[in-house]
Amino acid sequence: MKRFTTPIVVVLVLGVLLIWLSSLTLDSIEQRTLNVGYIVERTREHLGLTIATSALVAVLAIPTGIALTRTRSRLVRATVLGIANIGQATPAVGVIILLAILWQTGYSTALVALVIYSFLPVLSNTMTGLQQVDEGVRESAKGMGMTPNQVLLRIELPIAAPVILAGLRTSIVFSVGAATIATFINAGGLGDMIVNGLTLQRFPVLITGAVLVACIALSLDWIAGVAEDLLRPRGI
Amino acid sequence: MHKPEDTAILQIARNTSGAQIVLDQVTKTYPHQPTSAVENFSMTAEPGELIMFVGPSGCGKTTTMKMINRIIEPTSGSIRIDGRDVLSLDPNELRRHIGYVIQQIGLFPHMTIAENIAVVPKLLGWTKSRINARVDELLETVKLDPTKFSHRYPKQLSGGQQQRVGVARALAADPPVMLMDEPFGATDPITRESLQAEFLRLQESLGKTIIFVTHDFDEAVRLGDRIAVLSERSQIEQFDTPANILAAPANDYVSSFIGHGAAIKRLVLIPVTEAKLGPIGDAEAGPITVSIADSLRDALDALVLSGAPALMVVNAAKKPIGSITVERISAVLGADIPDVQGAGLVSASGAGR
Repeated sequence: MKRFTTPIVVVLVLGVLLIWLSSLTLDSIEQRTLNVGYIVERTREHLGLTIATSALVAVLAIPTGIALTRTRSRLVRATVLGIANIGQATPAVGVIILLAILWQTGYSTALVALVIYSFLPVLSNTMTGLQQVDEGVRESAKGMGMTPNQVLLRIELPIAAPVILAGLRTSIVFSVGAATIATFINAGGLGDMIVNGLTLQRFPVLITGAVLVACIALSLDWIAGVAEDLLRPRGI
Repeated sequence: MHKPEDTAILQIARNTSGAQIVLDQVTKTYPHQPTSAVENFSMTAEPGELIMFVGPSGCGKTTTMKMINRIIEPTSGSIRIDGRDVLSLDPNELRRHIGYVIQQIGLFPHMTIAENIAVVPKLLGWTKSRINARVDELLETVKLDPTKFSHRYPKQLSGGQQQRVGVARALAADPPVMLMDEPFGATDPITRESLQAEFLRLQESLGKTIIFVTHDFDEAVRLGDRIAVLSERSQIEQFDTPANILAAPANDYVSSFIGHGAAIKRLVLIPVTEAKLGPIGDAEAGPITVSIADSLRDALDALVLSGAPALMVVNAAKKPIGSITVERISAVLGADIPDVQGAGLVSASGAGR
């Protein structure tokens, strides 16, 4: 039952939002935003940006983490971790606007900024997960004649999987929230509604945008949690 | 498509009942360290021998052992298994044919017991049916019911059970050589004793060449065909049978390692039958008797426990065949006891396990 708490809450919140919105008389500005076509389009953009970010982070941060646990150079490790830390510590707005100034506005820039911003959880969890693998386990794998790649793919990564997946889950939630600022550089998403609602002083628009972002974050977190349970190797 | 080194490995692998291991002038020096971890270590282990490396922690015994399967690469010297220089072989291929058991056991937590045991056979490309049959066979060998344990995960097993799986896993591909690094060190004394007993029974039927590292001298006496007592930099202080080391320690270092009670430790190795038994009439009939399958230590234990001057020795059919006294036990160790002197004195040094 606990498993289904999140989806139930999300559905309830969306239901309340819908009832509240239908009880309002919307003016022409609000009508331009609060219609199914517009909301679906913004949500699609938002989800697209988030999923692309998470996929890129997984593809980039996990191998980087593996490489960092393999390098003997402390300098390399410290440098990469330092950059990842800066990426996360710098406010996402700063990263995205800086990139837009240096490069261009639009989808690609937003994507790059979001990847930088949500890189660290996956990177550090990959490293932690691999470092946590018991030395005896690693040594017996080697002693049984596994090649270094076999040790990594058959032993270390499966054992580290739960920790890596937890990092990915954090990173997904990060990027859902951070994706709202894509609107500042004309990359769409639900941020459009929030910023429009604020600048035009249309609270129903603002609140709809904010609630939708929160619901997406909760839902993706929930899906990632289910995936984590399913993908976690049995026995761990 | 076999490279020459592959054939060399196959030749080692084919000899499943024990290979000769020769270490010749093996040295391991770590960079930035003034002294070597292992210095000029030379030893020959004959096929089927169980050799114990005993020494204090940090003496290099584990390092020496780990050079045989190249977990640690020697700085100089040569290591040969059945005449093949292991340093010229592919280390991963080599390790698939050397059983390896470590104190931490290192079972893979995300794999079932059956999958753990199947790792090396899978690496060697065995068929599924062959692997399954082998897994069941090995689980039975180490006294774990395959139907009950195959599909469990390591964390669902006790420490002793895990270590049995560790031994089964190392035996999976029937390697001629086994390396064991304090395999029973982390278990409680009772579990350890039963694991040791089972291990001895197993080795009797398998006849692998085994290098067994321990810091527990009693374990070395109990299990080893020969014991190498090692000191700093893996120097061999004495390399001999347990009985010979107990009877005649080469130097003070070895004596100090044997510790107190060398005579009692020797008695563990000597069966009651080695003593010249007295007439049955010497012992009064009582509940405590000594079996001919017992060691002299068991006999002494029984004597102390009963407080009687002599105890009855019975055969397998519980039929009395003689009596034993403390004097007769002492005589076996070479004590000058007029009463029993000259009568069937077996030299203690010649007494096997």
